[in-house]
Amino acid sequence: MISRRTDLPLDGDVLAGFLPWLIAFMVFLAVVAAAGMFILHDATANWSAGLTHTLTVQVPPTKGEKALPAAEDPHVLDALKVLRTTGGIIRADLVPQTEVLELLEPWLGRDGAAGDLPLPYLIDAEADPDAKFDIATLRSRLTKAHPGISVDNHRDWLDRLVGLIDAVEWIARGVLLLIGLATVGTVIFTTRTGLSVHRDTIEVLHLIGAQDDYVAKQFAWRALTLGLRGGTIGLALAAPTVLGIGYLASGIETGLLPDASLGVAQWIALAFIPILAAAIATLTARITVTKTLAGML
Amino acid sequence: MNFDGSDYVVRFENVGLRYGLGPEVLQDVSFALAPASYHFLIGPSGAGKSSLLRLMYLAMKPSRGLISLFGRDMARTAREDLPGLRRRIGVVFQDYRLLNHLSAFDNVALPLRVAGGRERDIQKHVEELLSWVGLGDHMNASLPTLSGGQQQRVSIARAVITKPQLLLADEPTGNVDDRIALRLMHLFEELNKLGTTIVIATHNESLVKRLGHPRLRLDGGLLLGDPQSRRGRKGKGDEMLDGSRHMEAG
Repeated sequence: MISRRTDLPLDGDVLAGFLPWLIAFMVFLAVVAAAGMFILHDATANWSAGLTHTLTVQVPPTKGEKALPAAEDPHVLDALKVLRTTGGIIRADLVPQTEVLELLEPWLGRDGAAGDLPLPYLIDAEADPDAKFDIATLRSRLTKAHPGISVDNHRDWLDRLVGLIDAVEWIARGVLLLIGLATVGTVIFTTRTGLSVHRDTIEVLHLIGAQDDYVAKQFAWRALTLGLRGGTIGLALAAPTVLGIGYLASGIETGLLPDASLGVAQWIALAFIPILAAAIATLTARITVTKTLAGML
Repeated sequence: MNFDGSDYVVRFENVGLRYGLGPEVLQDVSFALAPASYHFLIGPSGAGKSSLLRLMYLAMKPSRGLISLFGRDMARTAREDLPGLRRRIGVVFQDYRLLNHLSAFDNVALPLRVAGGRERDIQKHVEELLSWVGLGDHMNASLPTLSGGQQQRVSIARAVITKPQLLLADEPTGNVDDRIALRLMHLFEELNKLGTTIVIATHNESLVKRLGHPRLRLDGGLLLGDPQSRRGRKGKGDEMLDGSRHMEAG
């Protein structure tokens, strides 16, 4: 596959000097793209696991009357009763108003949220994952209790969110593929240039009986060493970038952003990207040399 | 006549060669070289000597005609089989074609390494040969530091290190003094006695006369009969081919 013999003066090639940096750049982009893909994938899984089987029921406060505590509001009690008697609903709890205020605090501030705004009462319900129930029927029964009641089963917006993240994940995969193709193209270009520069030497090697493989192994070894060197540089630059993004994301207190930290298995997977890049470079160089030399006598 | 080169190391039949769309530099060249024969290839500059050698060491394909090497028709030989055939041929190039980034030792070792030889054997053989050609003190010398004559000897050592069955040399004594030239010719004679077929392209008339081997005379791309060659040593298995331009090579 490769040979450490260096009958060809490949070390002196000007373009070969750029190859590690080009591969470093490719690996940097690949590691960042792959890390983003992992983070989004984890976020989708977490959101799906956390929200798939939950419902949020909003009961508007009664107009024109002095607001009653949530636990005494007749509409809230009616809604709780409907939920608790619906087959497939295993839990329905009133969300304390203090929690509702906390949820709104990032937007309204501590004072704003504590004002006289007519905040809806929230009921958090959980459906049995194995049971099937008709959300439309449930919605109809709840609106009979109070026309202003709304039911958010999270599935609709979660589906849209997951669809968006899936699309972003596919884009990330596409970026990885393009990076791979760009790496292949770069190695093909530098290898062909090397073959052109060393044509006379290669001809001498052929004339003394060298097979194409003998030459190809030397180019492959060169591509492997340059690929590993460039890949290591790329990973060394990408790792702090990914850690930095995770650190910055962790400082933002909002439930909208996913957890941007990676697990051990994911870091190990990222560490394989330089090795993969070096392997691609090696294989590409070898195939390029073999195919090009096949056109020589 | 059937084309059967099985008894010959080299056999050309009606071979023509042109570069691109230019005129033929070799025309209807036919000859056969027997195993262990020794020939000088002579002729004026531009006669086509180097082109003929290039065809013989498989650097080119002829524009027409048939070439057989070691009994194999080159037109029917697969490309994958060429390295094996080339390893049986030693070539001393007129411009040496040494690899300047390698030492004298590594240049001479190259054919053995290409053939997959063991480093221990390579070390022994290369050191012996370089010492024999007077470069024992320059084994690790970088090529550009060697004189033209020294580089020529490295080139010759590289050509003979594998004890090839066919040795082709293009002006191998062009840059060395008479003492070294005779010493190199002695090396070729020794190889010839061991069974190597030798073809030397040269302008050195005195050397040709002194050694008296048969001659292949080229002029204007035509291979001409050489009366002197018939008075020279006749190689084993040589024969006269048909046709006015076919000549006896031995």
